[in-house]
Amino acid sequence: MTKTVLKGAIAAVAVLAGAQVALAEGGLVINGELEMIIEAPAADHLKGSLTTVYSGWVFRDVDTQAMQMDDFDNPGMLYVDQGEGMWNAPAGTSEKSCADCHGDASESMAGVRTVYPKWNEAAGEVRSLQMQINACRTENQGADAFKYGKDEINAMEAYISMQSRGMPMNVAIDGPAASAWEQGKEMYYARTGQLELSCANCHEDNYDNYIRADHLSQGQTNGFPVYRLKDTKLTSAAGRFVGCVRDTRAETYKIDSAEFVALELYVASRGNGLSVEGVSVRN
Amino acid sequence: MKFTRRDTILIAAGATATAMLPMRAFAAGEDEIAAFTGGAAIGDSGVTLTAPEIAENGNTVPVEVNAPGAVSIMVLALGNPNPGVCTFNFGPLAGAQYGSTRIRLSKTQTVTAIAKMADGSFAQASSEVKVTIGGCGG
Amino acid sequence: MAENVTPRVRVPSSAAAGEVITIKTLISHVMESGQRKNSDGTLIPRSIINRFTCDFNGQNVIDVTLEPAISTNPYFEFQAMVPEAGTYTFTWYDDDGSVYTDTKDIAIG
Repeated sequence: MTKTVLKGAIAAVAVLAGAQVALAEGGLVINGELEMIIEAPAADHLKGSLTTVYSGWVFRDVDTQAMQMDDFDNPGMLYVDQGEGMWNAPAGTSEKSCADCHGDASESMAGVRTVYPKWNEAAGEVRSLQMQINACRTENQGADAFKYGKDEINAMEAYISMQSRGMPMNVAIDGPAASAWEQGKEMYYARTGQLELSCANCHEDNYDNYIRADHLSQGQTNGFPVYRLKDTKLTSAAGRFVGCVRDTRAETYKIDSAEFVALELYVASRGNGLSVEGVSVRN
Repeated sequence: MKFTRRDTILIAAGATATAMLPMRAFAAGEDEIAAFTGGAAIGDSGVTLTAPEIAENGNTVPVEVNAPGAVSIMVLALGNPNPGVCTFNFGPLAGAQYGSTRIRLSKTQTVTAIAKMADGSFAQASSEVKVTIGGCGG
Repeated sequence: MAENVTPRVRVPSSAAAGEVITIKTLISHVMESGQRKNSDGTLIPRSIINRFTCDFNGQNVIDVTLEPAISTNPYFEFQAMVPEAGTYTFTWYDDDGSVYTDTKDIAIG
């Protein structure tokens, strides 16, 4: 009996070592025309950890994958529409819309999603795209900040992300962002919670393996915000971190905490080179 | 812990009640089928049901039904708290007796489609869908 | 009326007379099943879209009855025969009495 169990364990390790990502034939092409980069050489800072980075799309089953291949089949587009409406609607005491200052989002916001989270010189901090949206609302529009974790801020981020769809992620990790990046890296490799799991235990050491029935991805954030079939609504990267940390049975940081901004920057840097997917579909 | 005779009877009664729970939903499904078919016999060819073998999440499961010559197709999920899912009724301008939608399945179960044909006959197709519980709060 | 209900419809802009086309529809709606409970333990009452129809120039294409097992943001794909140029009318009926509609024109050519 004991022998059999041991053999089983050895076999499992062998399978683990030989894990190979099966890339879908034809890749991720949206609406039959816009090709996403779903596989890229890992950034230099990942040397010794990963050689290739993969979009989370690669790890989903064919039905979930198909939902993202056509904008009409992607329910996340409902929120992109909502975001577009908010972009053009006057808000706050300024009675100005986003469009009044930033004009056509397809021009002014093109590429923006690829560089967030990003150091903000005036504020002296690294900001996520959602934080920047809220700073604009409170400082420039004279409006209340959107509540993190709710549809409105996720919809606005989705609309802005869509303007960078297909462009490779390219967050800066040096200069003034370096200390936040180091903090995020430390968090990524720190075991946490009653299960004593680090981000890396699942998403670096065991991607492409199964945790119960879940096919583990590399935990890349290039697809965020995502429409999760589980929640049937959008989730932000920080919102997903809350769930992930909770699953390690740890007390989580707040969704708008500086810790999660640092982690979001570090995780984004692990996906440098993968396409912004605008709004992706995941399980 | 020792069971007294009284405890044993109570446990047995509880087990019976638990065992009967799925039967209630099943019986409700029987009612819906009877209401749809009027108790007529149901054949097994003429309708196709396409559903994934394994659904990544039970909240959003794509299903597709197709029954050339049907006037309507009822979709049932007998393992759900309520067995009804939807009924497609085809009008004169339907290009095919085909419909596709996304459904909720509360657990692994058999999804059933029953087509009512223009001649008043019925056909049925079923497909088992495994609903996975993920490792991550699935 | 449920908040933020937005229909999306995809119909080709033109088709040949007699051609069969694929139509897709999606509408934002929570489809509250009546099975879920609030954080305080009370049952959240059912609130769903219970019927969806598509008509073309007054003639029916499809008429669907929906139960709570239809997912949030109900999606339908179906096929329609195009007899002539005209207008598709899409109608969703909410439990609360609200009716949401959308229309799409199609040309022959």
